Amino acid sequence: MPSDADLVAILLTLKLAGLTTLILLLLGTPLAWWLTHSHWRGKSVINALVALPLVLPPAVLGFYLLVLMGPHGPVGQFTHAIGLGTLPFTFGGLVIASVLYSLPFVVQPLQNAFEAIGTRPLEVAATLRARRLDTFFSVVLPLARPGFLTATVLGFAHTLGEFGVVLMVGGNIPGRTQVISMQILNHVEAGSYLQAHWLAAGMLVFSFVVLLVLYSFAPYTRRHH
Amino acid sequence: MDTRLQTCIQARFQLDFPDFSLQTDLQLPARGVTVLFGPSGCGKTTLLRCIAGLERAPVGFFQVRETVWQDSSRHCFLPPYRRPLGYVFQEPSLFEHLNVRGNLAFGQKRVPVHERRVAMEQALDLLGIGHLLERMPQHLSGGEKQRVAIARALAVSPQLLLLDEPLAALDLPRRQEILPFLARLHQELDIPMLYVTHSPQEVTRLGDHLVILEQGRVVASGNLQETLTRLDLPLAQSRQASTVLSVSVCGHETAYQLTEVCFAGGRLQLPLRETIATGTALRLRIYARDVSLTLQPPQQTSILNVLPATITHLATGEEGQTIVKLSLGGALLLAHVTRKSADVLGLQPGLPVFAQIKATAIL
Repeated sequence: MPSDADLVAILLTLKLAGLTTLILLLLGTPLAWWLTHSHWRGKSVINALVALPLVLPPAVLGFYLLVLMGPHGPVGQFTHAIGLGTLPFTFGGLVIASVLYSLPFVVQPLQNAFEAIGTRPLEVAATLRARRLDTFFSVVLPLARPGFLTATVLGFAHTLGEFGVVLMVGGNIPGRTQVISMQILNHVEAGSYLQAHWLAAGMLVFSFVVLLVLYSFAPYTRRHH
Repeated sequence: MDTRLQTCIQARFQLDFPDFSLQTDLQLPARGVTVLFGPSGCGKTTLLRCIAGLERAPVGFFQVRETVWQDSSRHCFLPPYRRPLGYVFQEPSLFEHLNVRGNLAFGQKRVPVHERRVAMEQALDLLGIGHLLERMPQHLSGGEKQRVAIARALAVSPQLLLLDEPLAALDLPRRQEILPFLARLHQELDIPMLYVTHSPQEVTRLGDHLVILEQGRVVASGNLQETLTRLDLPLAQSRQASTVLSVSVCGHETAYQLTEVCFAGGRLQLPLRETIATGTALRLRIYARDVSLTLQPPQQTSILNVLPATITHLATGEEGQTIVKLSLGGALLLAHVTRKSADVLGLQPGLPVFAQIKATAIL
């Protein structure tokens, strides 16, 4: 059976993934919209930066975040100056790291959805008296719903599974930064494989079910675009 | 008719692309259907998009009646959502997430109540789509979709209706399905329409005023009949050259299966259309190739419709053809005759002749 520490780790992980996904949807939607519709020449630089976490070893991302947010890094000195202290080995630091780490998993599905919609429905809405923000909520949002579903599921699931970044930035503090993947490592190091199985198998089943749900929606998505 | 009312849409635009530029200075009637005609790539769609504000011409002035929508000299530019227009795109472009009712209501509910002049029921009725209200766009045929798109544009009670080749994406039967609905809009609504097309059939069927565009420039702009019969334009030269006569039904000769119509140039007899009541106004299309000329009234001929006419202009056409422009009591008609016949008969401007009309089509 999962121990109390396991349950704490599970709750912390869900909180981290939920908060990260929420922040990513709020930040990623305007970013993906801008990447879809901007004609700025330097756009490909931003596209490459957004995609970077896809190919970068998590340890590299974690390392630079540690340096930046640490007491000698510019971000760390800033957070210290405004009285927040330094972010590494805190839940807040973990949220920031997760947002960066999962960014492409939210932005890219949204970008694909916005590109599939194209500009015609926006023009139609404009000739039907809808302002831009109105058009976004009454036309873009409903048409991009499958894209938002994919972005939410991938962003959430990917954050659940992160390890390298957490190891570098978060450490292994129970109740603050000790997420499921760290707890599995703790069990393995202590030789309690049965305990590790409870968490590992739970993650496996959960991830599979999530992807199964996602792919069951995929034909629906394709028919609409 | 008041001439000021005749020309109260003003459209001046200058817009440059790397490989194309649009330059127009148009005065158009603010009533009836103005057809923007020209080959693809001539700038018709760009002009329509400038009028809608979907394209922002750096130099532009646009006014409908007393309202200025754009005046670049005063940095005035109304965004599309503030222009009281309706726009029908080439593809129906219905909102896929809304049913027909939702699509129609989308624009209508964004128009202030006191500005609504076209009721939802009227738009439904004019386009014959009342039975489709609860359907999703995916379950409509191409023709039905375009009818819904037209009704959706009407439901915002536009002061100007812009239609960008609304039939071009449809096959011939679907086009024939929609044309009567468009003709009905024309008759029943007092909304000026700008209609982009490259189909001569749609020009003669729907147009009151004709603008011909070529490579971003206006080649001709004027009353439909006058412009169709301008001998310096390629339209009059083509094998499809035709003219439109406005006539009214003045009786039926049931024994001979004929209907008689009258116009300034006289009377014509057509195959019987008993369903059309006496007094009804009709448009007839007469192809130039179906009109032949004689100097004497023919004594014994199987051709029923022979009318006195006066030659006003002559021009040389392709393949040994001469194009003759005729006036029948003011109504204009084109005839294509061979150059040999023109020489033998001694055709010249001012000469009175008889026009034999072999065929007419009701539009």
